[in-house]
Amino acid sequence: MITFKNVYKRYPQGMDALADINFEIAQGTLTLLKGHSGAGKSTLLKLIAAVEKPTAGTVQVSGENVGALKRAAVPWLRRNIGMVFQDQKLLFDRSAFANVMLPLQIIGFPPREAERRVRAALDKVGLADRERAMPIAMSGGEQQRLAIARAVVSRPTLLLADEPTAHLDADNARDVARLFHEFQQVGVTVVIATHNEELYVPYAPDRISLAHGRLEVSA
Amino acid sequence: MNAWLTHQRAALAQALRRLAGTPTTTLLAAISIGIALSLPAGGHLLLTSLQQLGQGSSANPQISVFMTLDADAKASEKVGEQLKVNPAVGAAQFIGRETTQKRLREAGLAQVIDSLPRNPFPDTFVVTPADSSPEALEALRAELAKLPHVDQVQVDSAWAKRLSVLLNLGRTVVWLLAGLFGIGLIALVFNTIRLQVLTKREEIEVSRLLGATDTYIGRPFYYFGALQGLLGGLLACAIVFASFAILQARVAELAELYRMGFELHQLKLTDILALLGLSAALGWLGAALSVRQHLRDF
Repeated sequence: MITFKNVYKRYPQGMDALADINFEIAQGTLTLLKGHSGAGKSTLLKLIAAVEKPTAGTVQVSGENVGALKRAAVPWLRRNIGMVFQDQKLLFDRSAFANVMLPLQIIGFPPREAERRVRAALDKVGLADRERAMPIAMSGGEQQRLAIARAVVSRPTLLLADEPTAHLDADNARDVARLFHEFQQVGVTVVIATHNEELYVPYAPDRISLAHGRLEVSA
Repeated sequence: MNAWLTHQRAALAQALRRLAGTPTTTLLAAISIGIALSLPAGGHLLLTSLQQLGQGSSANPQISVFMTLDADAKASEKVGEQLKVNPAVGAAQFIGRETTQKRLREAGLAQVIDSLPRNPFPDTFVVTPADSSPEALEALRAELAKLPHVDQVQVDSAWAKRLSVLLNLGRTVVWLLAGLFGIGLIALVFNTIRLQVLTKREEIEVSRLLGATDTYIGRPFYYFGALQGLLGGLLACAIVFASFAILQARVAELAELYRMGFELHQLKLTDILALLGLSAALGWLGAALSVRQHLRDF
């Protein structure tokens, strides 16, 4: 599903974010990206989603060399990837429902079918009764679950999450971890950058450990 | 196809919401565009009306063909025959030198005429040309001047020429105005869209991460620009229509004084459609240029 071959990433300021990264992630697995702050976890996720391009090496997602994709082809890759960001990136000028609807609008889903899917996604993350709420009026846990609903509503084959439980209390964090496990159970490949490895222990995840931009262990 | 239609509908609805969400800005922009477009549109309409005036008044210009004083009746007869068979000549009336002398005598100039040693008037043909355009008149004048025993050919077309030159100048001014105000419209929409892109920065960034293409992101802005242009075009039509309706009565009074059948033409349906289409297209172009320029930053 995801293959990194001799991947290097150097930012224009000259900082090496990643160096000589090699690993493979199989389809339908739950993989944790571990490492200290600045270890390169977010950069690695950005390379998978073609938000950044590798300085050297090859990043393949479903057999596609994403580093070599032209600008116009990148959106089509991202439509198969659900992304959950540390800061959620919710749109605060619209309701929870409209936030989750956005990926389906982008794809051009028929409105009625899209509405059905949005309600199913909100129900899945336990926000069925909050569809009209504005994100600003939601708690941190609800916002994170809303972001997850938006990430999965288009039923992507790959789900990337960057520190999805960073600002959540223990109960909410466990709920979010359980959700990711449920998505993995239905065949979605889930890659999570996290400091909170213990949350996922019950789900026996694979692990990729980074330190100062280099791979430590690949399991 | 369904997805495409869904996108178009959603983009149009989004553009309409943005327009309705900022009514003051929308109104001010429409007024600016409307006034700017009404000047060349009104100018064009005025020129069309004036052109009708020129064509109508110069419909029967006449050319006077004066024979030389030594031309005898036979020479004049020969010229008369040539005029009859010339396709550029609509009609020709012969006025003999004696007839002219008689008319002037009857007009009270008998004493003056009697004092002259001989009849000073030449035989004359008054020619009505078949084509009254300034170019055709000039060509016929040159042709008639070459006829034997013709001394002088006088065309009453100088004013028609002046009017034609003035109309051409007016047309150039109108085109210049249209070009300048068209660029102004594009610049206005360009800047409005630039501000919108900045205010929608977050939404654009998120949409990109969720798989939105440049076309998807740009589409509501294109519709916004086109709608803004269209509103301006509508206002321009209203301004021109109202102005001409107000001026019509005054122009009619003036035309009556000069005994001219002249009236200002109002906008026709084709003019309105052309103006609306053009203003919408210019708005779309301004938006497209702005989106292309500013989406590079994302």
